[in-house]
Amino acid sequence: MPDLLTVTPNGLFCATGNFYIDPWRRVPRAVITHAHADHARPGSDRYLCAASGKHVLRTRMGSTAVIDTLRYGEPTTINGVTVSLHPAGHLLGAAQVRVSHRGETWVVTGDYKLQADSTCEPFEPVRCNVFVTESTFGLPVYRWPDPAAVAAEINAWWQANAAAGRTSVLLAYALGKAQRLAALLEPTIGPIYAHGAVMKLVEAYRASGVRLPAIDRVPPRSRRVGGGKGLVIAPPSAAGTSWLNRFGETATAMASGWMLLRGVRRRRALAKGFILSDHVDYPDLMRAVELSGAGRVLVTHGFSDVVARLLRERGLAADVLQTRFVGESTPDDTDSDDDEAGP
Amino acid sequence: MRRFSELYWQLDGTTSTTEKVAALKDYFAAVPPEDAACGLTVLCGAKQLRAVPLKLLREWAAEAAGLPLWLLEECYAHVGDLAETLALVLPETFSAEPQAGEQPAADSFSLSQCLAETVRGLKGRSDAAKRKVVEATWRRLAPRERIVWHKLLTGGCRVGVSRTLVARALSELSGLEPAVIAERMMAASIETAEDFQQLISPEPTAADGLRPYPFFLASPLEAEPEALGEVADWLAEWKWDGMRAEIVRRAAGVTIWSRGEERMTDAFPEIVAAAEQLPPGTVLDGELLAARPDCLLPFAMLSRRASRKRVNKKLLADIPAVFVAYDLLEAAGADLRAQPLSQRRHQLLDLLPVAFDRPPEPRGGGASSADCPESEGQLFHSPLVVGRSWEELRQLRAEARRRGVEGLMLKRVGSPYAHGRPRGDWWKWKIEPLEIDAVLHYAQAGHGRRAGLHTDYTLGVWDGDELVTVAKAYSGLSDKELIEVDKIIRATTVQRHGPVRVVEPTLVFQLAFENVSRSTRHKSGIAVRFPRIQRWRRDKQPRDAATLADLEALLTQAAGRAHHEGTKDTKKSSS
Repeated sequence: MPDLLTVTPNGLFCATGNFYIDPWRRVPRAVITHAHADHARPGSDRYLCAASGKHVLRTRMGSTAVIDTLRYGEPTTINGVTVSLHPAGHLLGAAQVRVSHRGETWVVTGDYKLQADSTCEPFEPVRCNVFVTESTFGLPVYRWPDPAAVAAEINAWWQANAAAGRTSVLLAYALGKAQRLAALLEPTIGPIYAHGAVMKLVEAYRASGVRLPAIDRVPPRSRRVGGGKGLVIAPPSAAGTSWLNRFGETATAMASGWMLLRGVRRRRALAKGFILSDHVDYPDLMRAVELSGAGRVLVTHGFSDVVARLLRERGLAADVLQTRFVGESTPDDTDSDDDEAGP
Repeated sequence: MRRFSELYWQLDGTTSTTEKVAALKDYFAAVPPEDAACGLTVLCGAKQLRAVPLKLLREWAAEAAGLPLWLLEECYAHVGDLAETLALVLPETFSAEPQAGEQPAADSFSLSQCLAETVRGLKGRSDAAKRKVVEATWRRLAPRERIVWHKLLTGGCRVGVSRTLVARALSELSGLEPAVIAERMMAASIETAEDFQQLISPEPTAADGLRPYPFFLASPLEAEPEALGEVADWLAEWKWDGMRAEIVRRAAGVTIWSRGEERMTDAFPEIVAAAEQLPPGTVLDGELLAARPDCLLPFAMLSRRASRKRVNKKLLADIPAVFVAYDLLEAAGADLRAQPLSQRRHQLLDLLPVAFDRPPEPRGGGASSADCPESEGQLFHSPLVVGRSWEELRQLRAEARRRGVEGLMLKRVGSPYAHGRPRGDWWKWKIEPLEIDAVLHYAQAGHGRRAGLHTDYTLGVWDGDELVTVAKAYSGLSDKELIEVDKIIRATTVQRHGPVRVVEPTLVFQLAFENVSRSTRHKSGIAVRFPRIQRWRRDKQPRDAATLADLEALLTQAAGRAHHEGTKDTKKSSS
């Protein structure tokens, strides 16, 4: 029997159902795991995403895109193939795509994490025969610290900067990470501001019913916004640009899984890095594979060859699935999700 | 260990020298003198012992972490730092209880104690005994402390501070001049509590009499020399391809200082002997060169000399050294640095013979000894290169490669001897490097700041349809380009040998180098001196890159040159 899902030049394809999952070219029908740029590309005729992700996807795909939605867990049938979406815990509306046909079930994770995140629905393990997983941080060196501890660290850093009259600049992906961070901040320390690219998505989150602290758009041509007590959330691409000049004296830090490595922190000349990722770390990746109950695992973007080899050694049928997803990409991308960043 | 680890991470976490100095000062003030001495030794990059073979350490860590060894190797290739990799994969806390007789984790585990028990104390012990100590120490230390300890254990603990910064911190702590501290640090090794107390003692010590002056460094001349004004206002000298050094001759003896302010005294006994004949209170700035009576020897041979702590008779005979002085900084105990260069030079000429009996002539491939130092003596002054116009000097400079020098130095006649690198009075006018376009063949991930990025490139040229390697090159690309190239390398990898990736020939780089010579080091049979990547030739197809024949042509052009001959000579004499 041919595989239910295969990689074609257009993307991950279900031939029986005649639909694509996160296609990288324009196709008639695209099922979208989440709205990051490497997974959701504009131009397809019809999109299907989780209901809670509709506002965010709309922000990205434009007002004319046709977007169908499904509630998490609600099955639909596309040309005889059963499709349902399940929380991936990556960001608001992120979904694992469950595809089932003639008794065989595949799950495509998209990007996912098992950690707590108050801005999105928690990851739900889904049993399947074939588990298609990302592997952005699929090396044993990646073990995330407790997000609550990281939040405390971030707030302590902000507090210290505010006491010294320095504006804190926190670099994070505009979609997902920025909102997760905003929810972790302690608003009594000072005012919170966001870069335009971040703000647009903050509004989409709010429209979807996610509670976030008060966040102001950075006023144009302002100096020392918030009297040196403020915290600005900006995409990584804003680092080193003149856009930051308006804040006077600043302290800049970045929140990303890559911050775990000393070499990456040093390369980016960041004095401070907070280890916070919306992807699974290595132990959670292994846990997710186990929870899926799958006998066959296809590993995509990240350390796919390493993870596949390891799973094979553990007795699973595992292979690399060559896709064009980049996940949290390489440690040095300013932002994989950055196509519309800019002041 | 906890306090030293804290210092390590403080230094790692800032680029501000003020903050680094403050952190160092706090450390030295807080710890007992025996720990301060240990810390100082580590900070100053003293040669360290590798207490445990890396291979064993990896195996033990893999086992402790429950990982197959190959997976640990993958992690290392990604992280680019073994000490960090091991700390990241080890369990945060070991479930096993401390075994009987083991110390519980405590602040009292000092750096000196840790080094003595878990690093130096391992020497000569069995692998099983070493393993026991290593595992016990893992249990004792927090993950961040483990990284630092791993670095000590593997002899690779380098911290981002210069000796100058350490000296500044100790100066602030002691109230002594930084130069006094720096001198004392260089004059003797600091190992014990007493050594450290001596170092910061207000009482003068024996080493105080041999202090050097800070070097005056020239800036690269980027414009045409006409921009400097009248040629008559300038003195030109050859830029010798050796090691810049200062000879300090005072009543207390002779010291030879490198530009990195390291003592090279022991490596050049014949220079020291010659300098002892100088009147006390003499300081010379100049260049150490490896040279025989009949020719200059290549730089690589000089570094062989310089790298030895002690030199034997054979090495002295095989690679004789001379010192060619550019400048006189002190005479009869008086500091001359404020005088104009012309006056200092006048006195230098009275003190030392010229390095050449007549102005050097271009050698056309013959073995003329005209442009080589005299056979007698070790100390000379560097001759002037005389040109009546910038054009004449430009033509002389064009001969530099054939003469085995790097180009010309231009110094303003009236310039004082400044310190540091102030622009305006001293310029280095180096010859243009040789260049070829080469194709990326192998790539490997870098270390430190470049960890996880494929930034070590091995480049090749075409020999028919085959790429043959010619050089390994690192620098020259911007951070942004490095990241972009890294992505292409990942996407075009055709084969992997451990950390080394063989890539499809798609990337072309302009490779600059100073010279070519025959060598078995690379598959092309040719080695280039001081290779560096100048730029990424996105406009070129791999097929347009240089061929082996192009390199052979450069080699033919270079044949008969001093460097090349020197290499051949030595091979003969040492075999």
